[in-house]
Amino acid sequence: MTQIVTRRELVLAFIIVAMVLLIGVRAPVFLSFDNLRFVVTDTSVLIMMALAQMTVILTRGIDLSVAANLALTGMLVALLSRALPGLPIPVVMLVALLIGAGLGLVNGLLIAGLGIPPIVVTLGTLAIYRGAIFIVAGGAWLTSKDMTEAFLAFPKAEFLGLSSLTWVALVVTIGFYVFMTLTRTGRGLYAVGGNPVAARYCGVSLRLSQVLVYTLAGTISGLAGYLWVARFGIAYADIGIGYELTVIASCVIGGVSIAGGIGSVIGTVLGALFLGVVANALPLINISPFWQMAISGAVILAAVIVNTRSEWKPQKLILHEARRAAAGGQK
Amino acid sequence: MADTTDDQPGARAEAEPILRLSGVSKRFPGVKALEGMRLDLYAGHTTALVGENGAGKSTLVKILTGIYTPDTGSLVVDGVERTIHSPRDAWADGITAIHQEPVMFDELSVAENIFMGHMPVDRRGLIDWSSMIARTTELLERIEADFAAKTQLKRLGVAQKHMVEIARALSHDARIVIMDEPTAALSAREIDDLFRIVADLKRQGRAILFISHKFDEIFRVADRWTCLRDGCLVGEGLIAETTEDELVKLMVGRSIDQVFPKREVAIGEPVLEVAGLSNATEYADISFTLHKGEILGFYGLVGAGRSETMQGLMGISPPTRGTIRINGHEARIAAPADAIDAGIAYVPEDRQIQGAVTALGIRENMSLASLAKTANKTGFVAYAAELARTRDLGSKLAVKAAHWDQKLMELSGGNQQKVVIAKWLATKPQILILDEPTKGIDIGSKAAVHAIMADLAAEGLGIILVSSELPEVMGMSDRIVVMAEGRMVRVFDRAGATPEKIVSVATGGMA
Repeated sequence: MTQIVTRRELVLAFIIVAMVLLIGVRAPVFLSFDNLRFVVTDTSVLIMMALAQMTVILTRGIDLSVAANLALTGMLVALLSRALPGLPIPVVMLVALLIGAGLGLVNGLLIAGLGIPPIVVTLGTLAIYRGAIFIVAGGAWLTSKDMTEAFLAFPKAEFLGLSSLTWVALVVTIGFYVFMTLTRTGRGLYAVGGNPVAARYCGVSLRLSQVLVYTLAGTISGLAGYLWVARFGIAYADIGIGYELTVIASCVIGGVSIAGGIGSVIGTVLGALFLGVVANALPLINISPFWQMAISGAVILAAVIVNTRSEWKPQKLILHEARRAAAGGQK
Repeated sequence: MADTTDDQPGARAEAEPILRLSGVSKRFPGVKALEGMRLDLYAGHTTALVGENGAGKSTLVKILTGIYTPDTGSLVVDGVERTIHSPRDAWADGITAIHQEPVMFDELSVAENIFMGHMPVDRRGLIDWSSMIARTTELLERIEADFAAKTQLKRLGVAQKHMVEIARALSHDARIVIMDEPTAALSAREIDDLFRIVADLKRQGRAILFISHKFDEIFRVADRWTCLRDGCLVGEGLIAETTEDELVKLMVGRSIDQVFPKREVAIGEPVLEVAGLSNATEYADISFTLHKGEILGFYGLVGAGRSETMQGLMGISPPTRGTIRINGHEARIAAPADAIDAGIAYVPEDRQIQGAVTALGIRENMSLASLAKTANKTGFVAYAAELARTRDLGSKLAVKAAHWDQKLMELSGGNQQKVVIAKWLATKPQILILDEPTKGIDIGSKAAVHAIMADLAAEGLGIILVSSELPEVMGMSDRIVVMAEGRMVRVFDRAGATPEKIVSVATGGMA
């Protein structure tokens, strides 16, 4: 918390604003309040998922199973709501959080407990969770006809001019901001990823951190699962397929280092907003969705090039005069 | 400065120690790091822990700070038996350490670095940033640091990072402070500052364990000493009652009872002549000549710049000045491939990280450095030739394996080391650099590696042996180069070298 906003984040924010304005010149409708509100609503789930993914990447991990978790949890709560139509929505959401947390905990336990690399574990659970959707639903699609009014209504509801999705994303963002800057556990995640050995010397446990971040990623995926299924009124095995890559891309564009230890809440939110704007704007100015993928890809590479700190191996300071120079050269 | 011993340490020593470690043993696979170790620390006293490289000092520190759990032994703090399983346990017992290399978080602020693991929180359990910043500022003022609490750590210099380490140790308000070579990166003025802090801590009645290779520092700050050799306690006492000579004798103490298979070999023509080799920060003015059939030892403390010099020779971190001549011809070495072409082979220090690809088999490992020579004109690897050479070298070095495609991870450390040496022999070098070739391998394999060295020297190879093990350097080398702080301080002939002289020169004594 040395600075609230870094220069890099300011640049990214500037790029997003510039992009919005430029697109507005070509398609003025893009700048309307309704449209901007829609873009933010449309990006809300991505923001939440990217923030959770950020905590994972901070610890030098990766969670590829988040979209599969989203789809499985979405299907399970849709089935639950069909079986028990009277269930209040807060209970449905709670169940979604719990299912998601459970699926995430499985990742955390496998990674922290058995020491299996995160990419392998989550690649495995990705496939398992996707497969499970097909099994629990017997291969069926659930559409809005299978869901109750209340179940479908929540994501479309509005409070004070903003969609409930936006409000949820806002609450989650504030929650993550407080967690990452004002709690020992949150600051410990930076320590674990930045220098695992030093973290151990400080009594910060890598394993506990891992269990925590994968569970957290799962919990948010579960919540997103309900929001997604209810918003689009459909649940099947392939929803959000490949979405984990968009989530990871948001983090990378937002300045989260894949090498761990670096990343901020604000940067990650900006990264997600960037992709949200690109996704919503390009169709409007008649650019095909295929270009959209190429643009996202190019931006990811550009972001990584910006992030790459000089990789040269620093020389050791052994000579007496070199040590003196290093000690005296700094203010 | 005699200011540290002006009260009567003899009288205080009668008092109960604040910390007593006894019967502590710790084994690692193939190595016994500590055996029946005892250590007493007294309130208001500084105890110096002395011992050669690898005597077990760092292991002892890691046990006291909860990084390692000892296999046996007991720890009594203030008369109460304690166990330390984690750094938090150590803090709870009032033990804190300033580690040899700053272990910190570059991306975080100074304040976070100091309080990581024990940040102050308010009633809601949230980090109390203002109190953390205030306490950090106070600590930084106390040690007269010239940077702010919110500074990001990566913006600090090495010495400043050390100040952060010191502030972190002070932040625990510990009764027992361990300083593991705290002056390694400090200038003379900063060392004075550090000693002033040490004196402060003593006055407050804290016990200090001070680890240093530099005798002038030990005699300046310490009241008591404890000496370790090969993981065992070999002596302890009051600083006022000992001398540097006595401590050096105890440190190296062992007679060189191990028999080395050193052979008398006719020393041939110069094969490698190095003149004035220097780079910006790691080594300077390195000049020596290596002859055919000669084993040239390089001794120094850990961090004296020996490995870095060798990496310079290999083109891994190319030198900025100096010349390298091989067989009388100047060699231009800008990358490791140039060095290999010129006939230099380097078996690096860390076998696991830099040398052996443990997931590959013996045959593949042995070919790695000489793939260009193994491949035929079409660019494919000639399997039959590769296998024949593996068999040749493998039997020559007596690699014990079930078959030549066995994965390295299934071999013992000693056999892995033989494969790594064989890999470099496959390049048919004229100069072989062995960097700590017997570190962490069992005694049998050590003897085998020594025998291989003697054989290779007899065949006319020029060998450079970088080792922190004094008996090994003395037992195997024809001449011994001693380095300190990146420079050569003295070259000893085999006949003129004694352990006391070498250690004394390496630790900055009379050169």
